[in-house]
Amino acid sequence: MAPVDFINVRKSFGAVPIIKGVNIEIADGEFVILVGPSGCGKSTLLRMLAGLENITAGEIHIGGRVVNKMPPKERDIAMVFQNYALYPHMTVAENMGFSLLMNGVSKLEIAAMVKPAAEILGLTNLLDRYPRQLSGGQRQRVAMGRAIVRNPQVFLFDEPLSNLDAKLRVQMRVEIKELHQRLKTTTVYVTHDQIEAMTMADKIVVMHDGIVEQIGAPLELYDRPVNLFVAGFIGSPAMNMIEGRLSLSDPSVFLTAAGTALPLARPVDAAKDMALIYGLRPEHVRLDASGIPATVVVTEPTGSETQVIVRLDEADLTLMFHERIDVHPGETLHLAIDTSAVHLFDKETGVRL
Amino acid sequence: MSSPSSPGPPSRSGALLLRFNNSRNALGFVFMLPAAIFLLGFLTYPLGLGVWLGFTDTRIGRAGDFIGLQNYIYLMDDEVFWLSVFNTVIYTLVASILKFALGLWLALILNEKLPFKSFFRAIVLLPWVVPTVLSALAFWWIYDAQFSILSWSLMKLGLIQQPINFLGDPFNARVSVIAANVWRGIPFVAISLLAGLQTIPVSLQEAASLDGATPWKRFRYVTLPMLTPIIAVVMTFSVLFTFTDFQLIYVLTKGGPVNATHLMATLSFQRGIPGGQLGEGAAIAVAMIPFLLASILFSFFGLQRRKWQQGGKD
Repeated sequence: MAPVDFINVRKSFGAVPIIKGVNIEIADGEFVILVGPSGCGKSTLLRMLAGLENITAGEIHIGGRVVNKMPPKERDIAMVFQNYALYPHMTVAENMGFSLLMNGVSKLEIAAMVKPAAEILGLTNLLDRYPRQLSGGQRQRVAMGRAIVRNPQVFLFDEPLSNLDAKLRVQMRVEIKELHQRLKTTTVYVTHDQIEAMTMADKIVVMHDGIVEQIGAPLELYDRPVNLFVAGFIGSPAMNMIEGRLSLSDPSVFLTAAGTALPLARPVDAAKDMALIYGLRPEHVRLDASGIPATVVVTEPTGSETQVIVRLDEADLTLMFHERIDVHPGETLHLAIDTSAVHLFDKETGVRL
Repeated sequence: MSSPSSPGPPSRSGALLLRFNNSRNALGFVFMLPAAIFLLGFLTYPLGLGVWLGFTDTRIGRAGDFIGLQNYIYLMDDEVFWLSVFNTVIYTLVASILKFALGLWLALILNEKLPFKSFFRAIVLLPWVVPTVLSALAFWWIYDAQFSILSWSLMKLGLIQQPINFLGDPFNARVSVIAANVWRGIPFVAISLLAGLQTIPVSLQEAASLDGATPWKRFRYVTLPMLTPIIAVVMTFSVLFTFTDFQLIYVLTKGGPVNATHLMATLSFQRGIPGGQLGEGAAIAVAMIPFLLASILFSFFGLQRRKWQQGGKD
């Protein structure tokens, strides 16, 4: 177990910059998730930490040591690949014990170390099988077993759940989180799925286009996104973004492009003609007879909650109600907004006000 | 699907045609017929004729009679025949081992990130693309007793005093023809193994390097085991090609000096066509069959089974 630090890390492929100066501090034992859309550089950053890509500029520290020039095998890290990268010609036991074999551990000791790891992951009766005889979830577990058996300083996960079906993904999410709670090994996990990030991480790093947009605990990012990108990326269904500006007469009222007034919690200090975005999470709305009228477009009952798409002016808003409400397309709903949960952004720069 | 039958009450021949068209077996038979005729005419018939000739005393210009195993009994006591068997085995063994080692090495190099990679891959294929007779003629000049460029270069470098007698000395001749065969055979092995190498996912190599494997151990524990099935197929073919080699020898040495480079294929030709003893030549050719079957079975049972067990035993 060891802390990991990225200090002004950069990476270019030829003249194309991929990582444009990244600073991340990861404490010992922390579960950190790098999340962002495809091409944001999160996997490249992970591979740089693993030593599979070289570092153009900046420093990466593992346990206080600079590892920039260190080959992968000396970094004492284990990685779970997206396609699992199991050796097809080796049994589960051999796959799990391979790193020990490479490091000169005796066969007896290898067997003794593979056994408890297999027990943790429920692989005990699969040890003699070959990877192709396993299901996707079992392969995933073998890949994790290969990582934990050598007790490395850092675990790296590169989109490990993206090849699994939805149900298995939820189950493995729990297993990985439980495994981390048990082993308390520093973990860096890459995903494009913000739900994985929200549910598993101690700390989330939101990346976009080679830079870090925001670092924080899951709920911190959810409650106070620093800019439009994070606001739109974190949360499902996504935050509603309504364009408009402040009312000339009352700085605590937001006017949409069509002139509908939306309430703010307090007067906002911004130029009157500044283009703004009114960010509203789907669940921060309740029904109130004296509220703002909007027309129902579609309802999506899921049992535990009801999503309603309404049209306000020209924009579609997604609303989520935890109670079951019975509305039909074309009806008018009257909405009261929880103003304390409203986010306001500068449309030009995307920055939170 | 359109029906092949015309409207109205079908005639007797029309009904037969309809039944024929609807029968899977009959159609399958018809579709296989061209291939079957081809195989029978160009493979089974010549092979059968060769085997039959081996049991006769046919000569050119005279139909032979069945003489049983007499050709084979005669060959059993023929020192030249046994020398050609020995030559063929040595030639195949040494050339195949060299082709495998150099081909694998070349494939591994070409699989790395290189500048002008596709250019080099194309260049490597050249020896295989050039017709054997042409490259053999080129080697004939390279190995020429007086005008050899090899001898000339070595003499200019001051390493030797007089030209090397490449094809005139039995040992030199064997080395020379093997070298020419290896040169010609490497591309097939290298390109096939390169194709095999490219089916090994990069992430396996990355995983192995994270697992602490050195480049040699990555090759030994990941690359080589995963390449075994392809190696088995490629080397079987390579051995078959080498064992039956004819053109190269015929152009370079015609089997000489003193039969030192006579392979079974060249001896069979020499006895059969220029020598006129078709029956005896055929018998020598038939005598190659057990060796070829043995090498196929070796690769089938030896290497194929290892592929099954891949990693099953240590």
